[in-house]
Amino acid sequence: MKAASTNYISDLRLKPNMGEVIEMMASAPAAETTQAKFECRNVEVFYSGKRALHGINMDVPDSGVTALIGPSGCGKSTFLRVFNRMNDTIPNARVAGQILMDRQDIYGKDIDPVLLRARVGMVFQKPNPFPKSIYDNVAYGPRIHGLAPRKSDLDTIVEKSLMRAGLWDEVKDRLKEAGTSLSGGQQQRLVIARAIAVSPEVILMDEPASALDPIATAKLEELIDELKEKYCILIVTHSMAQAARVSQKTAFFHLGDLVEYDDTQTIFTNPKDQRTQDYITGRTG
Amino acid sequence: MQQLLNPETLIGALLIIGVVAAFLYGRGLAISRAQLTTDGARAHSLPSYHGYFSAWIVALFASGMIAFWVTFSGAAPNFVFAILMFCALALSFSIINRLLTPTFRARNHVERFIGGALMICSGVAVLTTFGIVLSLVFESLQFFKHVPILDFLTGLHWSPQTALREDQIGQSGSFGAVPIFTGTFMITAVAIFIAGPIGLLIAVYLSEYANKRTRAIVKPMVEILAGVPTIVYGFFALLTVGPAIRNFAEGFGFSVPTQSAIAAGSVMGVMIIPFISSLSDDVINAVPQTLRDASFALGATQSETMTKVIFPAALPGIIGAFLLAISRAIGETMIVVMAAGRAANLTGNPFEAVTTVTVQIVALLTGDQEFDSAKTLSAFALGLVLFVFTLVLNVIALLIVRRYRERYE
Repeated sequence: MKAASTNYISDLRLKPNMGEVIEMMASAPAAETTQAKFECRNVEVFYSGKRALHGINMDVPDSGVTALIGPSGCGKSTFLRVFNRMNDTIPNARVAGQILMDRQDIYGKDIDPVLLRARVGMVFQKPNPFPKSIYDNVAYGPRIHGLAPRKSDLDTIVEKSLMRAGLWDEVKDRLKEAGTSLSGGQQQRLVIARAIAVSPEVILMDEPASALDPIATAKLEELIDELKEKYCILIVTHSMAQAARVSQKTAFFHLGDLVEYDDTQTIFTNPKDQRTQDYITGRTG
Repeated sequence: MQQLLNPETLIGALLIIGVVAAFLYGRGLAISRAQLTTDGARAHSLPSYHGYFSAWIVALFASGMIAFWVTFSGAAPNFVFAILMFCALALSFSIINRLLTPTFRARNHVERFIGGALMICSGVAVLTTFGIVLSLVFESLQFFKHVPILDFLTGLHWSPQTALREDQIGQSGSFGAVPIFTGTFMITAVAIFIAGPIGLLIAVYLSEYANKRTRAIVKPMVEILAGVPTIVYGFFALLTVGPAIRNFAEGFGFSVPTQSAIAAGSVMGVMIIPFISSLSDDVINAVPQTLRDASFALGATQSETMTKVIFPAALPGIIGAFLLAISRAIGETMIVVMAAGRAANLTGNPFEAVTTVTVQIVALLTGDQEFDSAKTLSAFALGLVLFVFTLVLNVIALLIVRRYRERYE
């Protein structure tokens, strides 16, 4: 795999080298026990014709937390945004390759990216609640998708989502207050509640704790740990300690290549690639 | 040659030459004196700062002299003054010679001069505003001696012709300004009714839907609308839009005058489209991208994101844009002079001819007038009302825009 991603000639190939794909899948023992939620085949992303991701092949298990780590600019956030087609909203961005979600190509012609994003929720780096009330923030998704025909249904969804995000007790008496009036950590849990409210199958998190203090971060990690029972979670993080704490599988990206992908424990204790080892021991990145 | 050698030219030349010479003198002095210091200590400021400082000193000296002469002698500058000024310049050069040592903090002093010059420039603008307001207020007070202020603000009849002779009849002069205000508001309402939706939709298109290239072409093109001289809009309204509306109405059997509130208002609406579209585009763009991302990531379409997230977030700024456009419309003169008529009708029908504050001011002050008659003084009262109104609108708009900015920065 290392050879495939660094070798210039093999990068020019159009079809994925099946031998390497099989080898990679074999190197992911968890894939044998759980079914894959996403199967990525030779995924490439171009910004204005410049290639940011170099043919990524990776299976994401449908349960547990998968962490994407790597130095800044390595393409991990770009890769994350492939799964809910958020790259579509960036002008001049183009995605090539194949991403199957439950064996269905999410870049296929019959896929509506708007509906896909209801199935694949996302939490961003900076908490971004709408300048609306806490209630309206959570109710936003259910309203646009028509999930709650009656007011009481909507109330139930809002309450359940806030509970699941561990925020209900803190905000239940002030649901009419502005979402932006909450603290950073509360805001981040609010946007998680907002994402949960449309009952997604997958939650993508793009460095969700990078703007939070250590206590809020600990709470968030606790929440991620609970959420993984119900949702497939992909998390991009700069903190290797966080990846080690919350994830079951870890993928290490470097300069647009997927260098190594394995059980989190293996990555942190027994990395196969020198670059991975250098990164997790703090020698590079 | 005879004309070039007048005292004004000579003094102007002295001023320019003096300033340039002072710069060169100061800089040269700094360089030569810095070389004289043998202990290797560096001068506090670069030589050019010594030059700038000297130039400022000379400029201040000279302009102070001129101001003093004009204020106190009352005479035009003559050759005597030119000689005086030459002496003053010589004196300032000797002061410079004394001041400029290597330890002199020319750099800091230059900074102070620059701050002062900037302050004076902004002071001119502020003082001018005060001057205008004061003159409006005093002339209006004159008017209110002739006509009680309550009659002016609540009277329903406007016919400002006053009797020139005691025995003249039918020229009593009636200064009820309500018809003029309603005319102004009606035309403004028509203009906003047209410019509001169109301008806002243009802004939405430019900021959310158009790609970069389209935007780069369309936005300046729309802004050109604001740069068309208003007189051009005026004859466009009078010669094209007015007759078109009349013909259209005649098709339905109505008789409509060529000059009407709707003709003037609709053309004015076109004129203020760029005010609304450009400012709204700016505030919509200022809504953080993270809010758009959040909405898209929840599976919202672009129009849902627009109406449910971006628009509410940008609303205060958009209201500010509307208020600025309204105050622009209220103050607009040329279009209404040409296309709305001069009859001070008190009416709610936009197809009738109405008049506005600005039109009446034009009517009151053009032609031969005595400047102490109630008729001409009423123009100042109208102007004062207009000024107060647009001022209040602008202040509200600025407050709203500022509050909105604080929220996102």
